[in-house]
Amino acid sequence: MRVNGSERGRPREARLLLSDYLRHQAGLTGTHVGCEHGVCGCCTVLVDGRPIRSCLMLAVQAEGHDVTTIEGLAPAGGPLHPIQQAFRECHGLQCGFCTPGFVMSVHGFLAENPEPTDIEIDTAISGNLCRCTGYASIRRSVRRATELMRG
Amino acid sequence: MTTKWFGERVQRKEDDRLLRGAGRFTDDYGEGALECAFVRSPHASARILAVDTAAARAHPGVHAVYLAKDLPFGETDLPLLIPHPDLKHPRTQKCLAYEVVRYLGEAIAFVVAESRYIAEDAADLVEVEYESLPAVVTPEVAARAVHLVHPGVPGNVAAEQLQEVGDVERALAEAPCRLELNLRFERSAAHPLEGRAVWARWDASERRLKVYDSTQSPTSIRGGLAVLFDLPETSVEVIAPDVGGGFGPKIMLFNPDELLVPFAAMQLGRPVKWTEDRREHFTAVTHERAQVHEVRVGFDDDGHLLALDVDFLHDGGAYTPYGIILPIITAGQLTGPYRVPHYRVRFRDVYTNTTPTSPYRGAGRPHGTFVMERTLDAIASELGLERAEVRRRNLIQPGDFPYDVGVAWQDGGRVVYDSGDYPRLLEEVIGKLGPKPAGENIGMGLAMYVEGTGVGPYEGAHVQVLVSGKVVASTGIPSQGQAHATVFAQVVADELGLTPDDVEITTGDTRRFQWGVGTFASRGAVMAGNAMANAARLVAEKARRIASDHLEADPADLELAGGLVRVKGSPDRSIPLAAIAILSNPLRYAFGGGAEIATQFQGRRRSGAPLADGEAPGLEATDYYSPTGSTWASGVHACYIHVDPQTFRLSFLRYVVVHDCGRVINPLVLDGQIQGGVAQGIGGAFYERLAYDRDGQLRNASFMEFLMPYSTEIPDVEIHHIETPSPLNPLGIKGAGEAGTIPVGALLASAIEDALGVPITEMPLSPLILFELTRR
Repeated sequence: MRVNGSERGRPREARLLLSDYLRHQAGLTGTHVGCEHGVCGCCTVLVDGRPIRSCLMLAVQAEGHDVTTIEGLAPAGGPLHPIQQAFRECHGLQCGFCTPGFVMSVHGFLAENPEPTDIEIDTAISGNLCRCTGYASIRRSVRRATELMRG
Repeated sequence: MTTKWFGERVQRKEDDRLLRGAGRFTDDYGEGALECAFVRSPHASARILAVDTAAARAHPGVHAVYLAKDLPFGETDLPLLIPHPDLKHPRTQKCLAYEVVRYLGEAIAFVVAESRYIAEDAADLVEVEYESLPAVVTPEVAARAVHLVHPGVPGNVAAEQLQEVGDVERALAEAPCRLELNLRFERSAAHPLEGRAVWARWDASERRLKVYDSTQSPTSIRGGLAVLFDLPETSVEVIAPDVGGGFGPKIMLFNPDELLVPFAAMQLGRPVKWTEDRREHFTAVTHERAQVHEVRVGFDDDGHLLALDVDFLHDGGAYTPYGIILPIITAGQLTGPYRVPHYRVRFRDVYTNTTPTSPYRGAGRPHGTFVMERTLDAIASELGLERAEVRRRNLIQPGDFPYDVGVAWQDGGRVVYDSGDYPRLLEEVIGKLGPKPAGENIGMGLAMYVEGTGVGPYEGAHVQVLVSGKVVASTGIPSQGQAHATVFAQVVADELGLTPDDVEITTGDTRRFQWGVGTFASRGAVMAGNAMANAARLVAEKARRIASDHLEADPADLELAGGLVRVKGSPDRSIPLAAIAILSNPLRYAFGGGAEIATQFQGRRRSGAPLADGEAPGLEATDYYSPTGSTWASGVHACYIHVDPQTFRLSFLRYVVVHDCGRVINPLVLDGQIQGGVAQGIGGAFYERLAYDRDGQLRNASFMEFLMPYSTEIPDVEIHHIETPSPLNPLGIKGAGEAGTIPVGALLASAIEDALGVPITEMPLSPLILFELTRR
């Protein structure tokens, strides 16, 4: 399995969830676990560029695939990815627990649809729960991200 | 004082690391820690006949299985946090149940293993034999007292309280008009997306305990653990790292895990951690909101309130760890921004076989506001008046402050509103809302509220200028997303003539600040914010004293600005704040320079001892803020909604808030608190409900069935602020954390009633309930 471009060791056991593998075996704790039944979206990562719930996938199923986590979006010490930057500018996060999942969902979404309408944005982020922001600032963040990514 | 940063939309200092996935939440710690799982009761009410842990203990990878009898504190009742004379029959649970279980999810055994996976395997191997008992589920069933939740608690009534202002019976009898209402609020829960989590390590050689806890009150947890384990408080460190939302239930309840994880770490000599999963959060973490209210109101032909009599049952759940604060809050601020000449309120706090309750964002207020606003809407309907007009005629006026409502408040004092301008709130929201859109099934909602915020007893802060000129500051309260690291930096920066980027804030870490109470009751900004200002002012005074020697000027003629202490009106006579930090500590700095300033051979050597009489080394100060009473924020929400007559889907056409929390520190952060609070209110009003059946089984204990709103359900809220500064604190601020949530139930009841023309007397609603109401 490649995670953020690097080859990683095999999962310690077959039943290990991808979310637990990333957090506790690979040490990438930016992927969060909020419900463990695929509803909240906190654990969203990209597998071969597409957003998936890492709590609904076994780590062994990701072998041979490219996994991207929140840690893989921006180089350490370097500038934020435009989506991250947009969330910062628009106050798109409060406690920050759901945030990596939102950022990864939006990343997958904007890759497919770089010029979304407001309704498309609303639909795209409606697989992620946020209990702090009330979403308005997240919607603004996504719109801002499209501007930043256009450059 | 300069006010350069106070009031600015400063972007958050916390965001960069959180956005990179570099936040540190409790479960992110503890590589190599043992992990745990609970055995929890599958019954709401049962006798435990036998427990067999042999198979679990023998399971490979298991380090320990604890039952109550294995714990030195196994027979100790968990703390009653807020005793009250009216709480005649308090009951708190044991850390692990061993004779009876009184709610679904009550902990019975605690398994410690190499991994969470193994711990859960082993928990499944613990065999518990139960004798099922009848369950008491709703407050009405509890009040009928056919079965008792606790033997020795007559009628299941933990507490009863009656307060009366004036003579309600006489005023009701003489009132030209009277109405009676029965109003109901169901049970719900906060559900921060990070559940609870605890990590602990015992250092046997130093006899020190270190705990990471996803808590709203690390200082209190530290105090409790020190007593429980007979350690000096100075040997216990409790740190709330990044916390993924709180909203109330992470308050200092001394949950079983908070005792068991440190205990296991001390017993086993290994770091131990436990991270709750969502399923157990549904039943193991406190709920709130269930109350039923009987209301009698008397009023005149013009809609003026004459008398209000409210009698309500509060569903306290199976235990009362948090005392009776919730119904006290409902009773105390139920009358909201209105004059009620004669007010009587009685409550009974009853036990049920459900998860215990504690404050959840709003804490007694959403139900109280629902009762008052439903009552005013009923009066408007009865008299054929506009709903705004009935409110206008009953509002407390700006000249009436301080306004003593005459009933008790949660701090032990009385409800005394400190400041506000309620008529202005109402007129502004009416103006901003604009005319009602044309169309069928469109409703207008209106709801006003007050919110007692910033309750004591105190918070403190430490502020220190480093020799680099940067500032570190800390306070005991932790953060769960409220941007404390930003807003407190704004406060400190203003006092010291710096920028927020110069100030690093640490919250909720007893290693840095050991005194404090916690983050709850919309008190963080008021309490810790003012403590920060007080401490920073002491630092500024000290800087002026030290600088006065060097600038040969009176301290009163000095000001702090731009990282300098300078003579007012003579900007060329200045000394960097960093240099003052060096001067404040008569030492030598080999790195970073600056020694030339502080050397005894320097030209402007001050006379006397290097450390002046009464002066402590270091450019630092600690100070506290302790209020005489609560600050009373207020606000009004108004909306237009559309309800689809076929599907009963709810759509918001417009949602406007006008809000007053005194002086605003950071509008960006404040608007985020309001918008997020409204979303939580909408969830609580139309989507979320904890559905217990008659046996006390929670039928919707997952996010598949407990429907927290997604983005598609929540509108953009238009938020406006007015500012009536609180006279009670130096910064003039009031709390804001719960404001968004409080009136939403009342608001949607008002709007849906208007849209569909059916009376709304319960919360939460749902498409199914609306379908049934319209069919009647």
